[in-house]
Order: sequence, then structure tokens, then C-alpha cells
Amino acid sequence: MIKAILIFNNHGKPRLSKFYEHYSEDTQQQIIRETFHLVSKRDENVCNFLEGGMLIGGADNKLIYRHYATLYFVFCVDSSESELGILDLIQVFVETLDKCFENVCELDLIFHVDKVHNILAEMVMGGMVLETNMNEIVTQIDAQNKMEKSEAGLAGAPARAVSAVKNMNLPEMPRNINIGDISIKVPNLPSFK
Amino acid sequence: MALKIVKGSIDRMFDKNLQDLVRGIRNHKDDESFYGAVRWSLFTWRGENESTIQAKYISQCIDEIKHELKQDNIAVKANAVIKLAYLQMLGYDISWAAFNIIEVMSSSKFTFKRIGYLAASQCFYEGTDVIMLTTNQIRKDLSSPNQYDTGVALTGLSCFVTPDLARDLANDIMTLMSHTKPYIRKKAVLIMYKVFLKYPESLRPAFPRLKEKLEDPDSGVQSAAVNVICELARRNPKNYLSLAPLFFKLMTSSTNNWVLIKIIKLFGALTPLEPRLGKKLIEPLTNLIHSTSAMSLLYECVNTVIAVLISLSTGMPNHSASIQLCVQKLRILIEDSDQNLKYLGLLAMSKILKTHPKSVQSHKDLILQCLDDKDESIRLRALDLLYGMVSKKNLMEIVKKLMIHVDKAEGTTYRDELLTKIIDICSQSNYQYITNFEWYISILVELTRLEGTRHGHLIAAQMLDVAIRVKAIRAFAVSQMAMLLDNGHLLAGNMQRNGICEVLYAAAWICGEFSEYLQEPNQTLEAMLKSKVTTLPGHIQAVYVQNAGKLYASVLQQNEQDGDKEAAQEITQMLIDKLPQFVQNADLEVQERASCILQLIKYIQKLQAKDVPVAEEVMALFAGELNPVAPKAQKKVPLPDGLDLDAWINDAPSESSSDDENPKKMIFHEEEQRSARHRQPEMDEDELARRREVRKQEQANNPFYIKSSPSPQKNYQDASGVDHIPVVQIDLTVPLRVPGMPLSDQYLKLEEERRQQQKQDRQKKKKKQKRDKKGKRRHDSLHTESDEDIAPVHHVDIITEEMPENALPSDDDDKDPNDPYKALDIDLDKPLADNEKLPVRTHRVSEKKSPEIETSPVEEKSKKPSKKAKKEKDKKKDKEKRKSKEKVSKKHKFSENAENEHAAPEEEIITPTSKEESEKPTGEASDLDFWLSNTPVQSKSQPEPLRNEVASEPVASELEETLKEKDKEEDAKSSKHKKKKHKKDKTKEEKKSKKKKHHSDEEAPESVQNGSLDEEPLPPMSNYCLLAENSYVKMMCDIQGNLQDGSQVVVSVIFENQSSGYLKSMEFNVLDSLNTKLVRPEGSSIHDGISVPFQLPPEVSNEARFVFTMESIVMPQKLKGTLTFIVKTDDGSSHEKLDFKLHFTCTSYMITTPCYSDAFAKLLESGELKMCSIKVDGISISFQLLLAKICFHHHFSVVERINSCASMYSRSIQGHHMCLLVKMGDSSVSVDGKCNDSTLLGNLLDELKQTLTEKC
Repeated sequence: MIKAILIFNNHGKPRLSKFYEHYSEDTQQQIIRETFHLVSKRDENVCNFLEGGMLIGGADNKLIYRHYATLYFVFCVDSSESELGILDLIQVFVETLDKCFENVCELDLIFHVDKVHNILAEMVMGGMVLETNMNEIVTQIDAQNKMEKSEAGLAGAPARAVSAVKNMNLPEMPRNINIGDISIKVPNLPSFK
Repeated sequence: MALKIVKGSIDRMFDKNLQDLVRGIRNHKDDESFYGAVRWSLFTWRGENESTIQAKYISQCIDEIKHELKQDNIAVKANAVIKLAYLQMLGYDISWAAFNIIEVMSSSKFTFKRIGYLAASQCFYEGTDVIMLTTNQIRKDLSSPNQYDTGVALTGLSCFVTPDLARDLANDIMTLMSHTKPYIRKKAVLIMYKVFLKYPESLRPAFPRLKEKLEDPDSGVQSAAVNVICELARRNPKNYLSLAPLFFKLMTSSTNNWVLIKIIKLFGALTPLEPRLGKKLIEPLTNLIHSTSAMSLLYECVNTVIAVLISLSTGMPNHSASIQLCVQKLRILIEDSDQNLKYLGLLAMSKILKTHPKSVQSHKDLILQCLDDKDESIRLRALDLLYGMVSKKNLMEIVKKLMIHVDKAEGTTYRDELLTKIIDICSQSNYQYITNFEWYISILVELTRLEGTRHGHLIAAQMLDVAIRVKAIRAFAVSQMAMLLDNGHLLAGNMQRNGICEVLYAAAWICGEFSEYLQEPNQTLEAMLKSKVTTLPGHIQAVYVQNAGKLYASVLQQNEQDGDKEAAQEITQMLIDKLPQFVQNADLEVQERASCILQLIKYIQKLQAKDVPVAEEVMALFAGELNPVAPKAQKKVPLPDGLDLDAWINDAPSESSSDDENPKKMIFHEEEQRSARHRQPEMDEDELARRREVRKQEQANNPFYIKSSPSPQKNYQDASGVDHIPVVQIDLTVPLRVPGMPLSDQYLKLEEERRQQQKQDRQKKKKKQKRDKKGKRRHDSLHTESDEDIAPVHHVDIITEEMPENALPSDDDDKDPNDPYKALDIDLDKPLADNEKLPVRTHRVSEKKSPEIETSPVEEKSKKPSKKAKKEKDKKKDKEKRKSKEKVSKKHKFSENAENEHAAPEEEIITPTSKEESEKPTGEASDLDFWLSNTPVQSKSQPEPLRNEVASEPVASELEETLKEKDKEEDAKSSKHKKKKHKKDKTKEEKKSKKKKHHSDEEAPESVQNGSLDEEPLPPMSNYCLLAENSYVKMMCDIQGNLQDGSQVVVSVIFENQSSGYLKSMEFNVLDSLNTKLVRPEGSSIHDGISVPFQLPPEVSNEARFVFTMESIVMPQKLKGTLTFIVKTDDGSSHEKLDFKLHFTCTSYMITTPCYSDAFAKLLESGELKMCSIKVDGISISFQLLLAKICFHHHFSVVERINSCASMYSRSIQGHHMCLLVKMGDSSVSVDGKCNDSTLLGNLLDELKQTLTEKC
């Protein structure tokens, strides 16, 4: 079982948090903080596994994480998951994000956290791995997006226009912010399949 | 007015959306660090601090959101909810909006629905009170024609399913498991795990279908099913052993690495329970290890092979090859540059270590190397490994290496870890590997130099343990401890709890208890009474005082023996001078002991003044050896007869006993509370702590309260006080270290020399022997030193710990009673009983009971639990109804279900006995036995797989073939078994009641139960009959009623490719009749076919299932249908078709249902059933076979059998009861049937007749 999936950036700001067991909001923040502490102090070229200890539910659990550009992707899993399997799952997740957002970067995750949730929901459900085939995931996501668009139809048009205007008026368009190398480069890892 | 509305909605357009919110928060950033932001925002939420801009901005946004949530427009609400979901991630509690979230969930638009479910999945949990309002909405979404509505509901539900939701929706989800879309199927399968967890009763009814899904054509669904069963089996593996053959088949056939990994992990959990399974697995697993390129798979294979080897454990010489293979592969992993593989390699290695330490020990170099790794995770793993690798020979060397690491280690956590590991390694299995305890004591002493460790108590415990249990070492230990005490002030600096000063506790005790070994007792005694000692924690001081007493006694004795009166008086005087500082101590224990001993010594002084020899009597105070007691000894003391620990000794203490004003009384008060706790377990530790806190508070606020001790040292007593004491870091260098080499190193050197010496001695001896034997055994000179050869330095007498007499042998492994998985420990092999059904939505209007129920009190009883549940549900329905009064349209819906309700009570008539259930699994188990026992024979005849890789390939496939066949056979067999078992039990029960009448029946039940040991084996039977066939494809079909849905039957069709081409795009279509319709996917017309979800390579067969709905089931029906497909050969492809006629017999609507004879009798008496009978002549088969045929082909079960007469029962999917009385005469059989519906009965009897005449 996967107990939790967390994404946060190099400063520990949460970009996505998904807990498959109930924790109060305060505890959730504490877990994110502690996880960030554990993960961020590790060097780049050490192993990607961490015995999470008491963070989430006991010694059986492990933190498995990957670090891409400015973001940490952390999965907290118990012993029924294969460590290397989860690493590959993270890779699939990031590649899927890359495909859905077209060159994903941290800003995509910041402004479209709902979409990230939707993508994740196609991969992991209730803590169990649902689908690992990227094409299948992307197909389902596309189909759902299409449906959303057709629902919005005419009614959605004014809202879209307004948001376009809003974006125009604002001095900073998210895409134009220069925060150095923010786009998540997806390295080509030896694929799992 | 209208204008206002328009204006309002335009205003709404300018509401912030999620992006605006995020942007806003980023613009109002005042604190770059996340910690700051969150801390502030959390404070803001609590209303404590609103100083930061961002927090202000967010609270402003929340106000806006609240306003938006009040709007009627659902789009606005959804927008608000998505923003809330974002804020939830930042740590804001959004549970107040739960109701609005539900509103958004119930929107008809997918866009909003998805937002609603997302927010719900983020913040709903069992404690959310409005969650029960979602039941109907979720049910509606689950049955939505849009697959994504269903999907989104399933995803959401998986995050917040509660026991109530699970109970109410289990049936709906179960239907979804057979949904036409694999997308829905896989989600439904996965969520079942959550449902099982919350509602364990659903496991048994749902399990057969879950099992089915293991062979689903869609790999995603298959993987989901494997996933769920693996999760289930991990917690309660023994219940899933019977699935091993199925998983074995999957393992050898699947190519999906995810599935393979899961299955292999599952086998890892199963093998400890069934070693034979392990033997069977080794071969395919080693093959996989050799063939796979995926590291993850390789790793899991190695892991499971290790588990297998552990389960086989002893004496399998031919498996040494497998061990070698594993170790060798792991070495490759550990040597890999990828840190992840290195980590995992070490992890797996530690598992091998437990059973095969020898094979790991050869890789010691590698593991010691890992200790130097920069990665802490890897270092810790390597440490774990070292634990198992030590031997008598290398212990000192390894510990020396670890000591170096201790010195080098940065960061206290890792150093503490090292410390505990050193102690673990040395003390493991009763100090098995320690040859020189002097060395160990000096290691422990060296460890006390560690700064800031939390493990002082651990070192102390070791010191005590060694000193007490190893008699020979006491003298040395005492001298070392005396040294520690002399330098005690250096250690005292570390005042933390469990800090290093704990070792002084051990040192003082050892010096006191074994004072006879002390070189200079006077000096030690002085050291123990230094004023510096009073800064130590109370419990240590207490030990100091007590042992000062012991020491004094022995000094006194020494002096008296020497006749040195002056020295004796001197020492007495010293104690009298020094002890008062302890009498004023804040710690009660210290106070008490000090005053006791002080008074005693004052008395001694008086006696001394009179020149009376006192030493003997004083020594008597501390006489007797203290023996170590085993940790569990207390638990194992048997309870004496007639002692009731729960009985009240006094009357319950009244709560009113007010808080004491008198500080002296406090002692007793505390005691009283403690004893009260024993009697009232519900008053827990927390509660006590809280009360104490309250009392302290009261005392602090009470100006008249006299503080218990006027001494300023009082502060030391409470933990908070300790923090204020400035802790001086003292440089601990000179006194403890022997100049030059650390002490333990000296021992190492000595030890080496000693061993060398021993070796030489031995060799000398051998040479002598050799000379005697004239060099007969030359190879002896190549002899390597083994553990046994190393003799300990001095004879060490390790005292075993004491246990009480007649200790209870029970080794109680305490299981957590709150374990949520315990509820899922359910036997799945038992046949489903009738009352084990998932609750189906029913309507309360039809509460009028059917007459049968009222007439049978026995049945009433058996139904109680389910009825109760129903009542509860009805109540809930009531509530819901009240809430949704305006929704009149629902009523209409309910009335549809009224029909079902009518059927339900009738279905509940038959209930199983526990006896019958308990006997069934043996049948399953024997199947498993058969599967397990068979192959080893096979594999024996095969060439050794490891050596000969080429040969192993065909072997594997051969194995697979045989397995497949066997599986098929077993399927048929096991279903037979089930029926047989029922029969047997029925007859047995019958026998009991009618024993007097039928004495001669004795053999009958024996012969009915045929499965394994009968004289007349049943011919193989199959319900699959040929549907149609041409040169390309052959279709076999079987029709079965759907247990869960009264109007559905499932047609399983096996397609077999008979051509040499590839069969593609097969489409299955039938012409629906008014009564019978094929269930097609949503949105397709009645003329569309259903595509068969697989392709067939040449000579391969596969099975597909099609669901049909039925209106009436009393008549047999025939449907015309066509299978169209494309045959692809090398020459090209052609379009072909095959017509068939699907024959729905009445038999296919029957469901095998067990029934009791008394219920059966009542059913017959009720007079509601119509009767019909047939007679068939020319029957030559045995009665037993005849019954078996009826059972198998017509889905009946035997209620009772007497000689050549049997009563049988079955039930239709729509709840018709069908009772048969079968009598066998000479070559003729008469069958009398009774059924609610005469048409159905007539048709069924016709079919029965046909079966009996045709096939006999």
C-alpha cells in the first residue's frame, strides 16, 4: 500500500499532498515538514530509500523519493510495495505529467494542482497502484479533458475570456517568471517494462 | 430584478479562480521560507496572529469563498471548492465546507463532480458527519451511464469509504466488477480491498468474483485483482494458500512485471506456511532470475527465493546452489554503482543471513566496505548485516572496526545506532561469541566516553548483566567500575535522561554488591559519598547510598578481622559525616534510604564505642546472592488456585477523597492512586498525569500550600527544572584512557597472541599425534581454525536466568486487538452460505412478512443478524427519506425494489451449520495437497535445472502444460467436492436424528462422499457443451445464473482457434427476444455485437463471458446468434462468421443451494408447491453416480439420502424453490418434483429426463 504521496519543492513548499490515511491538517503539515527535512539533507547521489521511521504509521514504512530539478516526489509506502517498482512508478508519473503539461515545470504544478490530482488518480487509487501504462493514463486523461471541454461549451466561454483578460492585466504571467532552471527534465531511465 | 440576476452572474465571472488564488498568495508572499508561511497561516487560523500579509490575504480569500459558497450557481460553488482544496494542502482545515463539497459532488456536470470528489477525497474521513448523506449520490454515480462519472466516484470513495458506506455500496461495487469497461472493472476491483477493510462481512460473498478477475482478459483488471489479493494475503496468508495453483499459473504465464512482482511477493508470504510450495517455486524463480532484465523483478525473485530457503531451512543440500545464486546476484547488486541497488542488496542479504550465515560471511569484506559509504541508509543496513556475521573468531576485529567508526561518526543518531549495534552484536544469543569478557568490559567502559548519547542505560544494563552472570569476570569488572566511580564527576555532566551518567548506577551497584573484590574499598567508598554525587539523578543517588552501606559493611568486616578498631571507627565516622547530605535530598527514595542507613550506622557507632564486634551482623544485612531473573519470569508465574486478581480487596475508593494538603501524606496518597489504578484499569496513565497536573496547578495557586521540601534542590525533581541547570561540557580525556593504546586494543593484541599460542600448542600436540600415527592424516595440517577451536580465556560460567518454578510454557505473542486486518482473517474456502449476501437495497414498505417465516421459529432465529442490519438500514432510509421528502420521484424507484424484497425473505430460509462449514476446507486442502505433492515427483525425474539451463526451458513449459490441465480438472473436481460435502453432512445429521429407524444406513453416507477414497470413481463431467464449430473456431458454452442479480444469467463461452491463422476482431452477437436480452455496453444499440476482448493465436483457447437479462425464467429459450471474426493467415485475412443457437435451459437458472432437512420438510409442508413427476426406465448406472449427475448438471444439492432414495433441493435465480424426491428401483428411476411454478418444474423435469436417458 502507498500511504502518502507528497510533492514539494526545494524549499519545502508543498505542491501536492495526497494522504491515503486520515490525518488532521496540522499533522499533514508536520509530516510534510519532517519529510522535507529528511529528504532535503540527503546528497544527490545517495540511495532513494529512507526508513521513514515514525512519520507515517510505523517502522514497516519507507520513503521512496526522486528529486527532479526543483521538485521532490516522495512516496511513503509499506513493505508490500516493491522499492524499485515504486521508483519506476514515480518516473511514470513524472513522464505522464510531462506529456500532459508539455514540458512540465514547477509552475504547472503550482497553478494546476487539480490537474495533477486527476492524473495521479488515474495511477494510484486509494493507495494501490491502478495503472502503470503511461499511454493508457494519458488516453483516459485526454478523454476526461475532452468531456470537460464539451461541458463547458458556450457557457464556459466568457469565463475563459475573463481569465485571459485577467492574465493580460497582471504584470506577471506565470510563464514569464524567471526562476532559473525550473522545467523538470525527465531523464531517460532504464524503463521498467 | 432580472437585471440584478444578470448583473450578479457577471459579477461572479470576476470571482477569483484557483489560478488567481495561487497567484494572489504568491504575490502576498512575505516570508520566503515555507516554515514561516505555514506557521503563520496556522496561527492565523487559530486567531492568534494576523500580522503577516499572506495570512491576511488568505483569510480574506476564505471569506470570499464563504460568500461564494452561499450562491446558488453550482459553477461558483465548484470554483470555491477547488480553491478550498488548494488551501487544504497548505494546512487549512476545510471540514466546515463539507456540506458544500457534497453539493458540488452531486452536480450533474462531470467537471464539477470531479472537483467535488477531489475535495471530498482530500478532507473527508470516518469522522465527517455529513458523509452519510453521500450514500445515494455515490450509488447514483456508480450506476451512471458515463464511465468517468463512475470512475471519479470510485476514486473518491476509495479515499473516504466508511463502514456504513462500505456496507451500503458493497453490492453496487460488486456489480461493477463485471462491468463491460475494463476501466471501471479495474477500479471496482481495487476499491473492494477498502470495502473489505471497512466491512469484512463482504469478503466472502465477493471473493469468488474477485478470484474470477484474476483471469480477466484485461491486464489492468488482472493486475488490480492480484494487487487486492496480495494485500489481503499479506495480512492473513493462510486463507489464501488454496489460491497458490492459480497464482502459480499466472506467474508462469504473465509478462506484466507489476503483476509478477506482486505475485512473487505474495508467494514470499505464503511459503512459510507451506514448505512444499517453496520447493515447487524454486525452479521457476531461478529461471526468472536468470532470464529477466528488470532489476526490480530480479530483486523480488531473489527475495522470495530467500523466503523459500528460509522455510525449507534445514537439510536441503541440493538447494545450496540456489543460495549461492542468490548471494552471488546480491553481491552484484551491492557492488553496483547505483546506490539503490546497493541498499536493496544489503537488505536482502540480511534476510539470508538469518538462516545461512555461512554463505554471507564470505562477503564480509564487501559489507565492511559499505560501512564507509557516505550514505547513511546504506551504512545502517551494513550494520544490520554485521550483526549476523560475527563469530568467535572475528568478533573482536569487527567491534574494533566499529569503535573506529564510533569515533569518526558525525551526528549523534548514527553514533547511537553504532553503539546499540556494538552492544547487540556482543550480547547476542547469551554472549555466544565473546571469548574474553575482560575485553568486553573494557569496550563498555570505552563506550562511556561517548558524548551526548542517549543509551547510557543500555551500557549500564550490559555492565550489570555481565557482572552478575559471568562470575569469573567480577573481579575485573569491579576494578573497572571502581575506576569509573572515581571519575564519576566527569560523567555526571551529562544529565539528560538515559544519558551516560546511567553507567554510574551500574558501577555503584557492582562495586557494592561485589565489594569483596575491591582493591581499595575505602577509596571507592569515599568516591561514592562525594558531595558531587548529589547532582546525579535521584535513582542513581539511591543506588549510591544503598551500596555505600554494603561497602561499609565489607570494610567494617575487613577492619574487624584485621583488628584495626581505629580504622573501623574512622570509617563509621566518615559515613556519619557524609550521609546527612543525602538525607536532605529532594528524592524521596534517596531520603528514605539515607536516613535508614544513617540511623543504622549511628547505632553501630554506639556499639563500636562499647567495643562490641558488629561486622558479622552488619554483613548479614546484605548477605545472600542476588540472582538474575528472566525478563518474562513474572508473567509466567502460574496463578495460584483460588486467587481472583479482579476481586475487590477493599470497597471501591470514593472519588471524593480530596487532594491532600499535607505534603507528608502525599506519599500515601500517591500509593493509593497507584493501587486504585490496578483495580480500575480504565483510569489510564494519561488521566493520572492530567490529574497530577491539575493538582500541581492548584497547589501552585494556593498560597497556603506548603511546598513539600524547602530545599532548593527540589527543582531537580521535575523534568522542567533540569533544563535550567547549566550543563558544563567537560573534556573527558586523560583519566579514563590508558596512555598509548586504548584498553580494548590491548586485549585484541593479547587475544591474538593467545590464539597464536593455542594454535601452536595444538599443532605441537598434533605433531605428536602425527608422529604416533605416522602421518596418516596429512590434510590436518591444512586445517583452518573454526569457531569451536577457540577456547575462552578463562572458564566462563554463564549463569542462566532464573525462572519461577512450574513456569507457564506459553509464549504469548501479544497481538494487537485493534488490528484492522484481523477482521479480514476469514476462511475463504468455505462454501458461501445463503445468508452471506451483500446487503441489497430494500424498501421498508414491504415489511409484511411472508407466511413461511412466521411459521418457522428456527429460521427466525437464524435470520436475526441480517434482520437487525436491515432494520438499521431501514431506520437510515427513514432519515434520508425525511430529508428528501420533496423528491417524490424516488418513491417510484423504490417500488421497483419491492419485488426484490419479496424474494429476499424467502431466500433466507436456508442456513448452514458451522459444522458443515468447518468440514469443507479439508476438501480444498486436499486439492492443494494434490497439487503440491504431485509436482515434486515430476521434477525429480527432470534434469537438474540449475546446471542445465538449456534443458530447463522445455521443462518449464512442460510443467506449465501439466499444470494447466490439472487446474481445469481441479476446477471441475472442486465443484463436485462441494456438493459431495453437503450431501455427506446432511446425511450424517440425518443419521443422528433417525438412528433408531435406520440402522442399516451406515454405509450410505460413506459411499456418497466419494472425492478421494471410493471404489467407483466418477467419470469427468463438464457442463460446457458444444455451441457451434467450424474449421476456424469452436465454441463451447456454459450458462449459469447470476447469484447477485436475480434477472441475469452469465454465459461463459470458450473460443478455441482450430485454424492455423490468427483470429482477430471477434464479435459476438445475438438476436434479442422480448424475454431475453444481451447486456450490451452503454450507448450501443440492440443490434450491435459485443467484441470479444481477446485475439486468438493458432490453437489457443480463451474464455469470454456475456451477461443476459431475463424477464421470465420458467421456460427454456433459444436465441440465434452469430460470431463474426477475421482470420489472419500468412496469405492474407478473410472475414468469416459462425452461426449458433444459444439454448437457455431451465437448468441454467438454477443455483446450487444447500438446504437442511428440517427446513426442507417445512417447505414441503407449506403446501404452496405444485407437484409433478416423471419416470425414466432403463437406467443402468449406480444411484450415486445418478445423484452426482443431477447435482452437477442441474445444480441440485442432496438434502437427505436413505438407501436408494434421496431428496434434493435447488433454487432458481428468481427464488423459486425446487424440491425433488428421487427413487431408484430396478433399472428405473422415478423423480417427483415440487416447485412454486409448475411450468418451471415441468420444463426442468423434462430436461432432467433427457439427461438421464441420453447420457446413461
